[in-house]
Amino acid sequence: MNSSKFFHVKRKIISAVMMSLSLVATLIAVIPLVLIFYYTISKGITYLNIDFFVAMPKPVGESGGGMANAIVGTLMLIGIGGAIGIPVGVMSGTYLSEFGNNKFGATVRFLTDVLSGIPSIVVGVVAYTLVVVPMKHFSAFAGGIALGILMIPTITRTTEEMIKLVPHSIREAGLALGIPKWKTTILIVLKTAWKGIATGILLGLSRAAGETAPLLFTALGNRFWSTNVMQPMASLTVYIYDYAKSPFEDWNNQAWTAALVLIIMISMLSLLFRIITRSKFKTK
Amino acid sequence: MDIKISVKNLEAFYGKNKVLKNISIDIPRNKVVAIIGPSGCGKSTFLRCLNRMHEVVGGTITGSILVDGEDLTKTDPVLIRKRLGMVFQKPNPFPTMSIFNNVAAGLRFNGVRNKKILAPIVEKSLKQAALWDEVKDNLEDSGVNISGGQQQRLCIARTLAVDPEVILMDEPASALDPISTSKIEELIFELKKNYTIVIVTHNMQQAARVSDFTAFFYMGELIEYDKTTKIFTNPSNKKTEEYVTGRFG
Repeated sequence: MNSSKFFHVKRKIISAVMMSLSLVATLIAVIPLVLIFYYTISKGITYLNIDFFVAMPKPVGESGGGMANAIVGTLMLIGIGGAIGIPVGVMSGTYLSEFGNNKFGATVRFLTDVLSGIPSIVVGVVAYTLVVVPMKHFSAFAGGIALGILMIPTITRTTEEMIKLVPHSIREAGLALGIPKWKTTILIVLKTAWKGIATGILLGLSRAAGETAPLLFTALGNRFWSTNVMQPMASLTVYIYDYAKSPFEDWNNQAWTAALVLIIMISMLSLLFRIITRSKFKTK
Repeated sequence: MDIKISVKNLEAFYGKNKVLKNISIDIPRNKVVAIIGPSGCGKSTFLRCLNRMHEVVGGTITGSILVDGEDLTKTDPVLIRKRLGMVFQKPNPFPTMSIFNNVAAGLRFNGVRNKKILAPIVEKSLKQAALWDEVKDNLEDSGVNISGGQQQRLCIARTLAVDPEVILMDEPASALDPISTSKIEELIFELKKNYTIVIVTHNMQQAARVSDFTAFFYMGELIEYDKTTKIFTNPSNKKTEEYVTGRFG
């Protein structure tokens, strides 16, 4: 009787201790996120006004001004990156899942995993060597290629996993109707997996939007308005990098605002994807 | 007898494993042929050979399958599957498509996009599948938000829409409740006026109810093939008798 009560109490104590430890761990995990939001919002909000979106950066010493060129630049760089990364990623993911059940597929799968682990600055160096050096100048195009390469592994593997989730019976249904395999794959299988693939694309785009290192020696940055993809282009992340390490308080504050705007842009992108991929059917 | 499908010396393999041994069978036009036999006897494989779905999962076949005299084993499988439609064991409507588009899928993906042409075909197919009255007001709803029995009839309508000559059914009612099952069976009775039907079933009462002819498969061999009444009342083969009387299988 006594010993059973002893074990009961002991078990209760262990349970309570472990429960508190898990709670502490959860809190620690959430703290960085809360801090990021707290600082970017509280510090960034000061300079967040219409000017930030429509005006150009002011020279050192003059206060105010905005980052219109960097906002457009970031969007364009993601656009170029997406134009490369999305088709390559989705198509290679489709290949891996539908036709890649062989040695070649296994090799590609392995290499894609390796690519996803390569530091982004290395990808930047590669884009520098392949595009910037032959062209003899920095360009948004080179930056877009670097971002595109960075997106490929995420999009490829997500696409593959999502397509694999489509039941085999759906493919059989398509084939049994006399629909050729390529049409079944694109119009039925890919369409069924589309929501998951879109999430992968979004992850890839968000990651690319937040990259600084691969842009430093590809798109470089630009103090002026430019939408020429063959010329250096401004981006929010490079501005954050430059302004945050500058000695001017005004610039430091603008770096916070740029960070806030970047977070807002990625959230809007996420929202946009939700709307695009929303099912047209009511869920019961 | 008017023969629709004539199978001669059909052998089917998965890799080196022979799953159908020297099957020869004649399937008459506008009749229902039931394929019965214990699990693993090759009934489903036989059905999937007829529309070349067996090779989708990596299988191979030898022998010949003549439909109206034309050898299917030497034709493009995509064309064959339009002529020999298939209904699967589990209802498998396309989850991203509306009821309308599910029925129209076979035509839409083969180039027919005009809704004025599609609409009457969809309506006719749904009526043939005895589903029209239940879904006519919700044609734009998802094809997977209806009951399992309705989904299976939707799959039948989808098969009928491409205007096949033969309908292959692989245990079409085994995942359904008794009421849905009897609806499918009534449907089979209606459909045989216009189509030749081959149905694989585990349910011997079902085979007896819906079919004109019954083939008994065992261990990859065709043991006996005769009129359904004969198979169930006075089979020639001892194995058949044991199976239909429930002594094994």
